[in-house]
Amino acid sequence: MFKILKYSFFDLIRSRWSYVYFLFYLLLSSVLLFLNNDLSKAVITMMNVITILVPLIGTIFGIMYYYNSKEFTELLLAQPVKRSSIFIGQYLGVALSLSMSLVLGLGIPFALYGLFQSNEIWDFGLLLVTGTFLTLIFTAFAFNIALYNENKIKGFGYAILLWLFMAVIYDGLFLMSLILLQSYPLDGLTISATMFNPIDLSRILILLKLDISALLGYTGAIFQKFFGTNMGLFVSFGSLIMWVTLPLFNIYRKCRKKDF
Amino acid sequence: MIKIEALHKKFGKNEVLKGINLDISDKGIFAILGPNGSGKTTLIKALLSMVIPDSGYLAVGGTSIKKNWRYRDQIDYLPQIANFPANLKVSELISMIKDLRNRKGNDEDLLNLFGLKPFLNKKLSHLSGGTKQKVNLVLTLMFDSPIIILDEPTTGLDPIALIHLKELILKEKAKGKTILITSHIMSFVEEMADEIVFLLEGEVYFKGNIPDLKKQTNQPVFERAIAHLLTQENV
Repeated sequence: MFKILKYSFFDLIRSRWSYVYFLFYLLLSSVLLFLNNDLSKAVITMMNVITILVPLIGTIFGIMYYYNSKEFTELLLAQPVKRSSIFIGQYLGVALSLSMSLVLGLGIPFALYGLFQSNEIWDFGLLLVTGTFLTLIFTAFAFNIALYNENKIKGFGYAILLWLFMAVIYDGLFLMSLILLQSYPLDGLTISATMFNPIDLSRILILLKLDISALLGYTGAIFQKFFGTNMGLFVSFGSLIMWVTLPLFNIYRKCRKKDF
Repeated sequence: MIKIEALHKKFGKNEVLKGINLDISDKGIFAILGPNGSGKTTLIKALLSMVIPDSGYLAVGGTSIKKNWRYRDQIDYLPQIANFPANLKVSELISMIKDLRNRKGNDEDLLNLFGLKPFLNKKLSHLSGGTKQKVNLVLTLMFDSPIIILDEPTTGLDPIALIHLKELILKEKAKGKTILITSHIMSFVEEMADEIVFLLEGEVYFKGNIPDLKKQTNQPVFERAIAHLLTQENV
């Protein structure tokens, strides 16, 4: 598996798109930091960008890589290599190279700005960790979609739909359900609905860490009560890990049954 | 070496293999023939576990290939269509496959034989069809494995390369290997094959050597004998 991972990773590192992605984050965070001069605000803006953009890039890149490396995959399948190693290796190659672009692109300007002397380092660390989780999660989704769809156009369509649903539509439905059910106690619903969307979960985690949950009003109080505690943090990280392992397990399961 | 029992495979409603039984225990060159869509490629892909059969038993070298991947180390496979990752160089591809197989390959001689040396630093996407097929052959034949499977090896080759290929195949045969070939070029098959396996509609329709086939069909010419097998089915 590590050999496949190595080849996929270096193949991607050499590609133009990794650089574009890296430079985009580099530019964005430099501009935010040096024009804004406020680390805390920069982290919030970065969070807003990351929770939307990282899933989008993760899905698109993942699905593109899978379809583009189809020939390579077929070549590998005839070699004495375990099937699951091929797919998990490729998945990790994509997810890790994307995560590296993200972490370096954001990290370098922040480090230059003097992050290590400030108190925001934990907030920033959380930002990078959730960004990496989102990359892992959505790349895994993309590989799942690609494994189930031979047709590229369909695969791309489903991938975009998934992103749109998670990033936009889910929140709308969530909000509507809160309005419709406003006469009932909603603590449980709010928390579990947040758990079921990795994008929302990441956003809430960062917001609470930044101590601006007062902005969220009543919901903020519930969240603070739940996510603010160690228990809440533990559960939410557990849920993020679940979001990685479940699709990953499905890649493992599906790829062993597929015909090429 | 290779044992296949009651192999079935469906793609959706399309039943491609309908109970293939095949026992290849001898060494030599076996030609798998059959009209388009008779299941030749599916059979080969099932042997490599690229296609998972619905039912049946497949064994290579005496052990079942189900949930087993190490057996592929005994097989060199030449795919029908040479599709390679486009942004790799020829030399990179060769060293990568060697690394994945963890074996030393005899690529130097083959590269010289096919005149591929000038292309080593070219990207695979810039090669012509025939050159790609030569690279494909080098990748396949550089390892010294007991079983060789060649799916349409002659596609796109020029006459000189074709002569080299024939010599190579005979040399491998002399080493005592089992070689499976599919081809639509009957003269090539007649020249090379020791035994014919004729597939028709997902079943083994004929297995035997060329003189037997000619005798059974009452046709003195090999090409005619094959055509006869096909028309017999249609009548």
